[in-house]
Amino acid sequence: MTETEAVAFPQDRTCPYHPPQAYQPLRDARPLTRVTLYDGRSVWAVTGHAEARALLADGRLSSDRTTDGFPLPSERVAQVKDRRVALLGVDDPLHNVQRRMLIPSFSVKRIAALRPRIQEAVDRLIDAMEEQGPPAELVEAFALPVPSMVICALLGVPYADHDFFEEQSRRLLRGPKAADVEAARDELEAYFLQLIDAKVQSPGEGLLDDLVAQQLAAGAVDREELVAMATILLIAGHETTANMISLGTYTLLQHPEQFAALRADDGLMPAAVEELLRFLSIADGMLRVAKEDIDVAGATIRAGDGVVFPTSLINRDADVYGEPERLDWNRGTLHHVAFGFGIHQCLGQNLARAEMEIALGTLFRRLPGLALAVPADEIPFKPGDTIQGMLELPVTW
Amino acid sequence: MEEERRVRVHVDRDRCMGAGMCALTAPGVFTQDDDGLSEVLPGRADGGGDPLVREAVRACPVGAVRIEGGE
Repeated sequence: MTETEAVAFPQDRTCPYHPPQAYQPLRDARPLTRVTLYDGRSVWAVTGHAEARALLADGRLSSDRTTDGFPLPSERVAQVKDRRVALLGVDDPLHNVQRRMLIPSFSVKRIAALRPRIQEAVDRLIDAMEEQGPPAELVEAFALPVPSMVICALLGVPYADHDFFEEQSRRLLRGPKAADVEAARDELEAYFLQLIDAKVQSPGEGLLDDLVAQQLAAGAVDREELVAMATILLIAGHETTANMISLGTYTLLQHPEQFAALRADDGLMPAAVEELLRFLSIADGMLRVAKEDIDVAGATIRAGDGVVFPTSLINRDADVYGEPERLDWNRGTLHHVAFGFGIHQCLGQNLARAEMEIALGTLFRRLPGLALAVPADEIPFKPGDTIQGMLELPVTW
Repeated sequence: MEEERRVRVHVDRDRCMGAGMCALTAPGVFTQDDDGLSEVLPGRADGGGDPLVREAVRACPVGAVRIEGGE
């Protein structure tokens, strides 16, 4: 288990939809091996599907990045590790309290009721693209505004402020400097404190309004905790899905056979979304630290050891997914960990599925001639230390 | 001849985190209430012979869905 220790983690992808080529030794050492973080520290990397699911659901691993030994992926994140992160950054029992306030708004039924609104946003954006005429930059014209509009409506955040929070979100996730992350957190905190105060004065319709009227009024959360919750919901709510829409479109344009099959049969869309989630694994590096010793796959993860989960490798475990490098709508994709597993599994996953189905399905139906406007290898994509996706996607039709 | 044993599908609502994976995987057996917590649909506690119930058990991220009895 020492031969992979020199493999650095995380690394940039070489192709935006495949795991980094330099991760091959980690795949060969499945299910569990060691990698080296930016600061030279050696931590565990879990690459086996069964082991990853067991560990992500194991309460002996902590998600709290202020815990000693938490694996920090970059200098940028290390500098702000003490800033409060709700939900994903806290363990039970506090996590349970926060999550239970939010789950009614993300149930399968509530999301189904949102579908007409998502469709309306998607149609309006494609109308605008058609009016403007080709070419277009799809991230800015479509992939980012779809989930941005939807999460604003769900939370009760004015969409008119989208330039502001999309910019802060970009700085928060990608810096590039640690000072950018700090500044973005400060800006978002000030924004949400003001918005919450405004909602105390004159309540509107949205999840934040409900939380203000019920949980804040009853003293179940304070303003700072509510701000931390609003921040992660807003960011997770638009950045992740935006990346799936942009990278999903790019991937389909590079897989003409699968693209044609999908366009010939709309009914394939839910299965295609599930397979794209597995194949693209955009949250490619979930992070935990052990609070106690854990025996797994013949090894012992010691208390204080860092553990990283490269989901792009876990979701291509050949024992679970035959021909894992193949994008296959008919494999009946189940049990991938693209949304994580355990108590932190994505709260908004069913919203994300609905957005992807409607956005991709409508885009391909309405713009049947969709194609890349520049050669594929000239299109920039995101670095390895953040959520994966396209930085730009110039298209024509 | 062995008599077919009765199964009972159960959701532990103290463990449930409202991911909705059971309702998504086997919508004929599971739903979510107004609190976002999962529950077995009325009259479906026997699983209704739905093979997807076992996938729903596996899909639950927190082990809140169980099948009791049967094999």
